[in-house]
Parts: sequence; C-alpha cells; structure tokens
Amino acid sequence: MSDNIIIRFENVSKSYDAETTVLNKINLELERGKFYTLLGPSGCGKTTILRLIAGFMQPTSGSIYFNGKLINNVPANERQVNTVFQDYALFPHLNVFENVAFGLRIKKLGKKVIEQKVIEALKFVNLVGYENREIAEMSGGQKQRVAIARAIVNDPEIILLDEPLSALDLKLRSEMQYELRELQQRLGKTFIFVTHDQEEALAMSDEIFVLNEGEIEQSGTPMDIYDEPINRYVADFIGESNIVSGIMVADFRVKIGGKEFECVDKGLNPNEKIDIVIRPEDLEITAVEKGKMKVKVDTQLFRGVHYELSTYDDEGNEWLVHSTKKADVGEFIGLDFDPEAIHVMRLNETEEEFDKRLESYGEDAYAN
Amino acid sequence: MQTKNTKTFYLIPYYVWIILFVIAPIGLIAYYSFFDLSGNFTLDNYFNFFTSVYLKLTLSSFWYAFLITFFTLVIAYPTAYLLTKTRHKQLWLLLIIIPSWINLLLKTYAFIGIFGLYGPVNAFLNVFGIGETQILFTDFSFVFVAVYIFIPFMILPIFNSLDKLNPSLVDASRDLGASSWTTFSKVILPLTINGVKAGIQAVFIPSLSLFMITRLIAGNKVITLGTAIEQQFLVTQNWGMGSTIAVFLIIFMVIIMIITGQRDKGATSIGKNK
Repeated sequence: MSDNIIIRFENVSKSYDAETTVLNKINLELERGKFYTLLGPSGCGKTTILRLIAGFMQPTSGSIYFNGKLINNVPANERQVNTVFQDYALFPHLNVFENVAFGLRIKKLGKKVIEQKVIEALKFVNLVGYENREIAEMSGGQKQRVAIARAIVNDPEIILLDEPLSALDLKLRSEMQYELRELQQRLGKTFIFVTHDQEEALAMSDEIFVLNEGEIEQSGTPMDIYDEPINRYVADFIGESNIVSGIMVADFRVKIGGKEFECVDKGLNPNEKIDIVIRPEDLEITAVEKGKMKVKVDTQLFRGVHYELSTYDDEGNEWLVHSTKKADVGEFIGLDFDPEAIHVMRLNETEEEFDKRLESYGEDAYAN
Repeated sequence: MQTKNTKTFYLIPYYVWIILFVIAPIGLIAYYSFFDLSGNFTLDNYFNFFTSVYLKLTLSSFWYAFLITFFTLVIAYPTAYLLTKTRHKQLWLLLIIIPSWINLLLKTYAFIGIFGLYGPVNAFLNVFGIGETQILFTDFSFVFVAVYIFIPFMILPIFNSLDKLNPSLVDASRDLGASSWTTFSKVILPLTINGVKAGIQAVFIPSLSLFMITRLIAGNKVITLGTAIEQQFLVTQNWGMGSTIAVFLIIFMVIIMIITGQRDKGATSIGKNK
C-alpha cells in the first residue's frame, strides 16, 4: 500500500531559535484521496505542518516526502499543492475570473483552455455568473468559494485548507462543512484541513491528528478519537467530557472514588492509577436507588437539543450530564451508564501502546 | 444654528490662508503674464513661450526631472522593500527620513565641498591614480545631488504601501506557481503602484522647478523651468515672461497630478484587460 502514501513526514522538527520548538519530531503518513484534519489549539504547530507541506517553510531537521520523493528544498511554486488561506488571500486588484485564472496563466495555457477551466471550477463552487465581480464586492462565504476554486482549478494533488471557515458565521460554517466534504469526495483529492474547532474536525474528516505543543497526541478516525481518547488532553479537547482519576482494580473492574464499576478494559497492572472518561451523553438520569452513582444537581441549562446538567457526587467530582430528561436543581438523582461508557486512559501511554491495548480487546469491546 | 456658526468660525483661518497664499498668488501670476516689459497688455509672452528657446528649456527641464525621478525610483523601491523585511523597520526608516529634516541649502553646500577639486571624492580618485576631475558643475553631479535630496520622499510612500501589503498574498502567488519575478510583477507591484505614483508626484513635480541646486551644483549649466523663472524675475526683470513660464509650470503640474492621480479602481483594470 505504500504507493498510496502521498505525504510522509520523517522526524520532522521545526524551531525558530534554540528555545522555541514549534514541531518536535513529527512522523505521519497521509494517503491519497482522504480528508485529513490537523486539530489543536493555536500554537500547537498545525499551521506549521501545513506551511511545511506547502513549501513556505523548510524543516529544521527531518525529511518530508511527496509521492516518495524528498521535497525539503523544493520551493512552493514547484509543488503540486495548493492552499486555501485563512484570510482567503484573494488578489484585490484582480476580479473573480482573474483570481481563479492566476495559476493557469502562470502555466501559460491557451485562452480557451483557461476560460473553460475557470468556468468549470466556478461551477464546482456554485459561483457561475460572478466572473466579472470585484473581490471587494463578494461576501465572506463567496470569497471562501473563490479561494477554493482558485486552488482546485490547478488540479493539485493536495489541497491545504488553513482554518478556512473560521471567519464565517455559524450557519454558513456548517453549510460549508457539508460542501467541503462533498467537494473532496467528488474531486477525490487529498484534503488537509487545519482547525481548532473539534466539531468541524469530527464532522468532516476521514482521519484526525490531534496536536499539542508540537507533537501528535493521537491520530485516528473521528469515532476512534471521540470514543477512545488516549489521554486527558485529547478527551478534554474533543467534545465535552467528564474526566476523573481512578484505579484499575483488576481486569474489567475500575474504582472511582470509593466505588467499583464494571468496564471493558483489561491488561493493565492491578491497582494501576488511571484517568477515566465518561461522555456526558453516556450518563442517564434515573432514580437515586436505581443509579450506579448518586449525584446532586447543581445547575441545569436548556441547550435546545438537550439539557446540560452540572452535578456533583459525594467526593466532589463534577459530572456533566446531557439528557433529554429534566431534573430539579438541588435534588439528588441517580446516574446510570453502561460498562462501555467507561473509557480507561493509562497515564503517559504512547500512541503505539494505546493502539496495541485496544486491539487486544477484540471486536466485542466496540459492540455498542 | 449654533454649531453651524462655530464651524464657519473655525474655517476662517483656512479660508484666509487659501485666499492669501494660494488663490491670490496664482491670480497675480496669471495677471502679470499678460503684460510686457513696459507694462502694456499683451499675449506675446504666451506666443514667446512656444518659440524654440523656451520649448527647448521645457524639454530639458522635463528630461532632468525624468532622470531624477527615474534614478530615485530605481534606488527607492528596492530600499523600501528591504526596509519592510528588516526587524526594526521603523528605526531604519527614521534614519533615512532624518536627512530630509536638514535644510536643503546646507546639504547642497556640503556637496560643493565633497565634489570640489580638493574634496574627498577627488582625493579618493587620486589614490587610484586618476587625476583631479571636474565633478562639480556637471550633469552627473546635478542629478546625483537631486536624487540624494529626493530619495526620502520616494521611499516613504512606497514603504507605506509595501508595509500594508498582506504577506499571505505573496504566499498565495507562490503557492499558485508564480516565480519570485512573476510574484513581483503580477502581485506586489500592482498592489503598491499607488505608493509609486505618490512618490513620483513628490519627486517629479519639484524637480521641474529646482533652481538652487542648478546654480550651486550645476553652475547654471542646467537650466530648468525654475531657473528660467528666477532669471526672468531677478536678472532680466521681465516679470511678464517669468509669470508666463510659471503659468505653464502650474499647468504641467496639474497634468502630472492627473496622470499620477490615485484612482480607486485603478489597479483593477489591469486584471480585466489581460
């Protein structure tokens, strides 16, 4: 399968001076035709990875391969990669047509070919009829589309998207998420998408890389990452979560606070200290005597789709609950959950060890 | 009513200034241009201007102004570009601006010393066995000193427009396959052309009427419209002819202002026509 790898990073590091390391020995492999997302807070190095692939930067050490060829020193204008910039970076002195045609004119294609390709690209982004508009006359969403058309018209192997939706309002943003995903599937190109928005990442990606301080914390499908976060950081960053400390008493048994619960994890050392994640939507409100846990409701917010309850157990751990059922503030309620809802995270586990452990559980662990 | 009155009140100094120092002098110049040496009304001054002597003078004036503007631009653009790339750009810019605060005459006199037969330049040339050379009172020294004096006025507007240029546009151009040169000619230059135009205005127009430098550095070998006006007024005492030349100078200035004027959509048409 190795010829399906389009981008490969080998121990890639980037630092500006001796003290600030932006990327620390990144290893990753990207396959052709997939939608990848680099996810992390600002300053985690996600944009740096993008700029390294685009060729705006050279790595301090390590190697970057494109289709198996080392491209460390290939300048940006000779790479078959196009970028959709965060601020769109459309040329204000050119109209929509000329913006999209920019790359084609540089390739010195014929007038007819250019016209045909530009119209085709504008069709792809639903902007036919806007050819002669000035950039200043376009709305944010339209500019976004022009930027995408300008990138895809050159038929690059990879399209890089640097937080392209961050400047749009909420409604437009979710609309563009669908459109981008669909566009990627129609074109069959590799998309590398950078964002700090976990919802965006979960909705669009084939595979997500969660980054933190210049390192990849975890990579996997959106489901993998959401359901089985490797550590506190990932669990906290991806979605709402309840993270508590616990002890792995034995295989399939964890202890939270004073109580033991059934779980689906095994193969850890007896009495090993662990972190436990339970997603708020996995907690169900029930009568106190029926619940596995007794908690007191502190606050309740109506979120439209569900109620968001902040509750506390006897040890003072906060449990966030998403439920369609209402509860009364100040009352005690019971919380019920399945053994599968408990996700066990070993402290300081590497991604390799983590994957191995999950594999050992077999398929039945993911039955829910 | 109250606010309208106070507004008018504050505008009085402006109007007084405009009337006394802009409208009145131009009116006077236009008025004097219709009189001959003995004070009779005449249009001869205007006919005279179109004789070969004055046309030649106008042409040479334009030629020198062109040379000065050209060399200033050639030096200023790359300098401004490098300035935007430096770490302490405001400091470097200030160092370039500071000489323009010093009186023009002082700087010009300094060059008389530098370029003189016993000046440091000739001393330097002597080291290489090149004998004493007449540098002062040549076209070269005139253009050189004028360029030196005008450079800050060209750098400043160009620096400002380059500094405002969004760096991701340059990235985008490279990303779309453009070489450094194409990026410059298709993106950077069109987007900074207004700075260049403003610089050209600030250099070309004053160059047309330079006269102290022409006397001190070029030894009156270079005659510009400025020197011609000065001589008509002070040497020949022909105020009518001097005023006529001044009227034409004003007309030329207006034309240049229009040509280099900043049209909002000026840059856009470049893209459309290609």
